[in-house]
Amino acid sequence: MSAGSAPAASAPRKLTVAAAADLQFALTDLGREFHRAHPDVDLETVFGSSGNFYAEIGNQAPFDLFLSADSEYPRKLIEAKLALADSFFVYGAGRLVLWVGKNSPIDLGRLQMHALEAPSAKHIAIANPQHAPYGRAAEAALRSSGIYDRVAPKLVLGENIAQTFQFAQSGAADIGIVALALALAPAAREQGRYWEVPPDAYPKLEQAGVILAHAANPADAREFRAFMMSAAGRKALKSYGFY
Amino acid sequence: MDWQAIWLSLRLASATTAILLVLGVALAYWIAFSNRRWKFLVEAVVAMPLILPPTVLGFYLLLALGPRSPIGAFYARITGGMLPFSFGGLLIASVLYSLPFTVQPVAAAFAAVDRKLIEASWCLGVSRAATFRRVIVPLARAGIGAGAVLTFAHTMGEFGVVLMVGGNIAGVTRTVSISIYDQVQALDYDAAWRTSLALLAFSFAALALTYALQRGAAGKRRWGLWPAN
Repeated sequence: MSAGSAPAASAPRKLTVAAAADLQFALTDLGREFHRAHPDVDLETVFGSSGNFYAEIGNQAPFDLFLSADSEYPRKLIEAKLALADSFFVYGAGRLVLWVGKNSPIDLGRLQMHALEAPSAKHIAIANPQHAPYGRAAEAALRSSGIYDRVAPKLVLGENIAQTFQFAQSGAADIGIVALALALAPAAREQGRYWEVPPDAYPKLEQAGVILAHAANPADAREFRAFMMSAAGRKALKSYGFY
Repeated sequence: MDWQAIWLSLRLASATTAILLVLGVALAYWIAFSNRRWKFLVEAVVAMPLILPPTVLGFYLLLALGPRSPIGAFYARITGGMLPFSFGGLLIASVLYSLPFTVQPVAAAFAAVDRKLIEASWCLGVSRAATFRRVIVPLARAGIGAGAVLTFAHTMGEFGVVLMVGGNIAGVTRTVSISIYDQVQALDYDAAWRTSLALLAFSFAALALTYALQRGAAGKRRWGLWPAN
């Protein structure tokens, strides 16, 4: 069963990828293409918050590849010898958008960042800045626009960026500061409108991945890493808003 | 340690327990003494939070309480506020989520009260309300106490539902379990340790109290937290 003992096309080899929640849709697409090229690899993806994965990996969680929503967690894992130093790679930079449901009265194009101060924006969903990279970026964007103090009482915090988006999507929050990757998802496109926050309003959201030191299938993890960095992989990632 | 979150959880647990001591006890009385044929349906609904994942309840509550639902829209019209991301919303969620933790022990205790005593009271011309107050409640008080302690403790430890409808606002919806989760996620393991240990000690004390109450009642009457037969 182990990866080493399997020669060519025999039983499928399992590859488990722990991925940041903003990769939810992009990775489903990437996985499909990867499977076409490597039909003998059984790819399994787990989505969640990067901080949570970091803690789990420290406790030998059975993942092969970790795709974080920042580059800090992968670096820390390498420092702690929990990940392979030479496997570190940046797969894209996340972008922030303001997102409202399609029936919202808020005119994003005209108001831009000031949309957050609109009277109908009673609750603003952002990811938790304490541990979610997108939350930290959202907070930075609010501060650099000088509106943080005015909108702080309206903030509600999602556990990760996908839950933050869900707060806005369900209408429970009137507006959300979410990942472009989620706003571009096919299911989300018809449900609302978005306006991209200027990238100079927050520190670059560089997203990186690493192969784990205790990976059961490091060989295929390397294959997947190479695929993500290939022209086809980059193109797919770009179409989901990872530049 | 996040005292603000602990204080919030204590307030939420107290309010939930107080509401369920009225609603839950009334429902338990009906379950214990009603002869309706469809009683089993009510019992099943009451017990559902025991087996439903909190995510299911949280998901439905988020949709049901949100501004796009009739309930949420009605609430917004009369109060001008919104239920998700508010203490009131958490309170509704907690009452639903902890319902079986009050109803089951209390209904079991009511059912264990000797029917002869209740009927004797009725035959002596004591009203149903007075019989309830002076015969049933005193005989079932350990069961009511157990229900209250369990409800309180369960609400203190509630996580999934709060995560899904709370929005993690400090002092409003950031309960102690959410605060611990945040501390773990932020890699602040020392703080997580301290708060977790406090919660562990609290849970042990609450359960020890529950079993001590039962033991006190066991001399006269034998029944468990849950219906024994």
